[in-house]
Amino acid sequence: MIRETLFDVIVVGGGHAGTEAAAAAARRGARVALVTADPARIGEMSCNPSIGGLGKGHLVREVDALDGLMARAADRAAIHRRMLNASKGAAVRGPRVQADRIIYRRAIHSMIAEQPGLEVIAGEVAALTLGGGGAVDGLVLADGRQLGARTVVLTTGTFLGGVMFRGEERIAGGRIGEHAATKLAHQLRDLDLPMGRLKTGTPARLDGRTIDWARLDDQPSDIEEWTMSFLGLPESERLPQLRCAITRTNDLTHQIIRDNLDRSPLYSGDIEGRGPRYCPSIEDKVVRFGDRDGHQVFLEPEGLDTHLVYPNGLSSSLPTDVQEAFLRSMVGLEQVQVVVPGYAVEYDHIDPRALDRRLGLRAMPGLFLGGQINGTTGYEEAAAQGLVAGANAAAQALDLEPLVLDRAESYIGVLVDDLCLQGITEPYRMLTARAEFRLRLRADNAATRLTPLAVDLGLASEARSVWWREREERRIQLCGTFDLSISGADMRAAGADVRDDGVRRPLAEWARFPAVTVGHLATHAPELASAGSATLVDELLQDAVYAPYVERQEAEVRALRANEAIVLPADLDFASIGGLSSEMVERLTLARPETLGAAARIRGITPAALAALLVAARSARTA
Amino acid sequence: MADRDTIFALSSGQLPAAIAVIRLSGPEALVAARALTGKDLPLPRRAGLRRFVDPRTGELLDEALLLCFSGPNTETGEDMAEFQCHGSHAVVRGIESALSALPGLRLAGPGEFTRRAFLNGKMDLAGIEGLGDLIAAETALQRRAAMAMMGGALSRRIDDWTNRLRGIAAQIEARLDFSDEGDVADAGALSDVAAAAGAIALDMAAELERPTAERLRDGIRIAIGGPPNAGKSSLFNILVGRDAAIVSPHAGTTRDIIEASISLNGVPVVLSDSAGLRSGGDDVEKIGIGRAEALLANADIVLWLGSPDEQPQAEGRLIQIASKADLAASHESAGLAVSSLTGEGIDQLIAKICEAAAVLLPAPGDYALSRRQRDIMARAQIALADCTSLHDEILIAESVRQAMAALDEITGRATTESVLDELFRGFCIGK
Repeated sequence: MIRETLFDVIVVGGGHAGTEAAAAAARRGARVALVTADPARIGEMSCNPSIGGLGKGHLVREVDALDGLMARAADRAAIHRRMLNASKGAAVRGPRVQADRIIYRRAIHSMIAEQPGLEVIAGEVAALTLGGGGAVDGLVLADGRQLGARTVVLTTGTFLGGVMFRGEERIAGGRIGEHAATKLAHQLRDLDLPMGRLKTGTPARLDGRTIDWARLDDQPSDIEEWTMSFLGLPESERLPQLRCAITRTNDLTHQIIRDNLDRSPLYSGDIEGRGPRYCPSIEDKVVRFGDRDGHQVFLEPEGLDTHLVYPNGLSSSLPTDVQEAFLRSMVGLEQVQVVVPGYAVEYDHIDPRALDRRLGLRAMPGLFLGGQINGTTGYEEAAAQGLVAGANAAAQALDLEPLVLDRAESYIGVLVDDLCLQGITEPYRMLTARAEFRLRLRADNAATRLTPLAVDLGLASEARSVWWREREERRIQLCGTFDLSISGADMRAAGADVRDDGVRRPLAEWARFPAVTVGHLATHAPELASAGSATLVDELLQDAVYAPYVERQEAEVRALRANEAIVLPADLDFASIGGLSSEMVERLTLARPETLGAAARIRGITPAALAALLVAARSARTA
Repeated sequence: MADRDTIFALSSGQLPAAIAVIRLSGPEALVAARALTGKDLPLPRRAGLRRFVDPRTGELLDEALLLCFSGPNTETGEDMAEFQCHGSHAVVRGIESALSALPGLRLAGPGEFTRRAFLNGKMDLAGIEGLGDLIAAETALQRRAAMAMMGGALSRRIDDWTNRLRGIAAQIEARLDFSDEGDVADAGALSDVAAAAGAIALDMAAELERPTAERLRDGIRIAIGGPPNAGKSSLFNILVGRDAAIVSPHAGTTRDIIEASISLNGVPVVLSDSAGLRSGGDDVEKIGIGRAEALLANADIVLWLGSPDEQPQAEGRLIQIASKADLAASHESAGLAVSSLTGEGIDQLIAKICEAAAVLLPAPGDYALSRRQRDIMARAQIALADCTSLHDEILIAESVRQAMAALDEITGRATTESVLDELFRGFCIGK
């Protein structure tokens, strides 16, 4: 086959997963092509205009710690910032920003353009091409062009077999105004991979000029100026901050919805895919929680130069006239004009248990998958997987160390582990509840946890590495400061309301006393008050506060890692192992756990079954 | 299976016995041996006589043989130590308790030594077959044990706690992951959630007070105590029905602890005779007295032959006895009058012991918790009891998570998904 060009990595798709995958692969030194039908829409936020949140904010910080794009783009486009759970412990604080869609896209465009080794190619992918051993070796575009590649990353979002629903309307395609990648979908189906169907939805977009803002409660942006990215944002690049507003559905809204349920594709049985429980359509909310007298709706401006407003909480696939009617039943929206009505999308995903922990597809060597194609939802989940898939596609192409993270060091590790082992029954969204080690996985310590790894793996740019070295030096210095030992009398002298029991304690221990503030500590260690180190000092304070609890989890972490060290052979025939139930064999065969630890996490696998697996693994090795 | 922990277990048979063998395996095995014996370790594979002391209290536990083996040429492939100590319940319990308190050490699970041996390539294919059988047996046993409890009171209680904990966890997780949702913000106060967790802790504490399975298997621990020459050994002998303890008119004859497993009217009992409690005496006697104090403190029932004003600190029931009822002077003493010489009061004493024992043993047909189950439940109980003093939702969530994980260890179910199911059922989430 004659090829026009040969790449190390080709990434298909220009969404949040695709851009992170392409940039990550290029940062590792791969020659990368990003293929997308419409390069102008690279970095598009196709649903809500916000980035981050609870659990999701952790992912964004981790992507940033690995030198990904999302946090930096979000900072440049931020028009509203909120630190969720600000009053709660640091481990569950979730940074969330609303981003101007156009500026966000522009920020991603410029980072992609500036990334050395990364080329954008416009075209619709028709098919993957296979070489020796069934390994992927490139792809064919719809116009006949052929591109060769050592590895391919598919991040096709909802484009795979996507159908949009709105009332009685049916439109093939994943996003309004674009084609569905149906040819590629057929090819993947022919590969006989385990696949499933999911649904998601989006609300109508409103004309902000027709909203009566004066009648609504405001939700102001945070006063404190934190950033998503650890690298910060120069003052001059900060955008003006906008307010959001809150309204509510009411009895009339619910009545209109109930009266028209028969016109909803969700309830007429036309949609077979399962939707996310944490992001239900308004129809679902009214049906499932009929006793509630109203549901909150956040009115979020989409940007500085647009009148579009996103009514968060009103995802719907009812016909346009019904959407207009129920919107106008709400306070402040009496005169509202709908610019684009909401709709539901149903799409194919691949059972992520077909993937290994690098997000490589076992059935087709060289093919990596990231984002909604793996059954997840959310920009942040997509970006995280894109980064992992891209970094590993480059690793395979260039024979580098893979990027495999574990559950005790990152939310990304939790995400990949959950997908690969448990599969999904609804679109997967990150929640802090999913991370059993969340006390140690804070959004504020993501850099400390992951950036050294990014530097080691060649996944960090020179700029990030320089930043890291400088920060690490300061961190070590400040850690030394927290070892400084002082007495209760000294703390009292600093103004802290503590008992003078004559015991000298290190500052790290004093930090755990509720009555002790950073100001008190700084009286004895002025470097803690230095303005340039505020976020670092905060991080170390939180380390000190949670240290005893983190310590208690150490045994659990040790157990996890010990079992992770026991590798199960890739060709282990689970059905031939005596003592396993047929249900266990099925789950193990679908997920193909790579280690004993992974097998232990699969639901329904008992300690006795693990012992049997261990025996089988050892005898396979010695045989 | 935390394979980097150091494990230990009693690897000889049922106690009491002439000798008990406690084996240790893992990276801390030799460190632990050293921590208990204080002196240098004996040469590898050579027995050395050592005094075993509880490093926490300095209390002498036993004088016994210590053998050390350096990995990898050992049965498990790891560093190993072997204590060959006196085979009484008190000695073994004391050593096990001292070992448990050391960092990185824990009681071995069933079959764990074998599993480690296997992991470290110390077993051949025939051995592997053997392990398969072992696992099968273990599982069959567990299944039978589980079946026995299924539909029974224990599984109902655990189900009840699990359901309540799941509700609590869903409340807290909703507050953590969906605090920006109107539906969640309207839910109750954090202190209510913490109080609900505290209520379960109280239930569990009550459960832990119940009779244990070990008491049924190993017997009720009865200790005889009192000042020297109060007639302890004579009472021991008449209850045992043979001259097991040395009885002489000289004070301080019984310097060590003597045990006998007997059945009193069908109630299994481990009867212990101790050195008399008095100050002074020689060094060996002092050691015996230290042990006697510990024995009395831990016994289920203490038969006290001393003056009522000098009753020892004891966890269990105390039966005050006026001994030597055959001597005229004794009749003025308080308590149950007993004479080992004439047999006066012995039947009443046995009846009293059986009455006290009845509340310590599980009723026929009732369930009893095994030591493993109790340990796990105690972990859950401690975690939940913490909740009421915590104000950070994440820490409450962590305590509840640990408690649920502990209950799951008893029942073998998984947690996170069921909490999320509960959460999404209860709250309208999603903007």
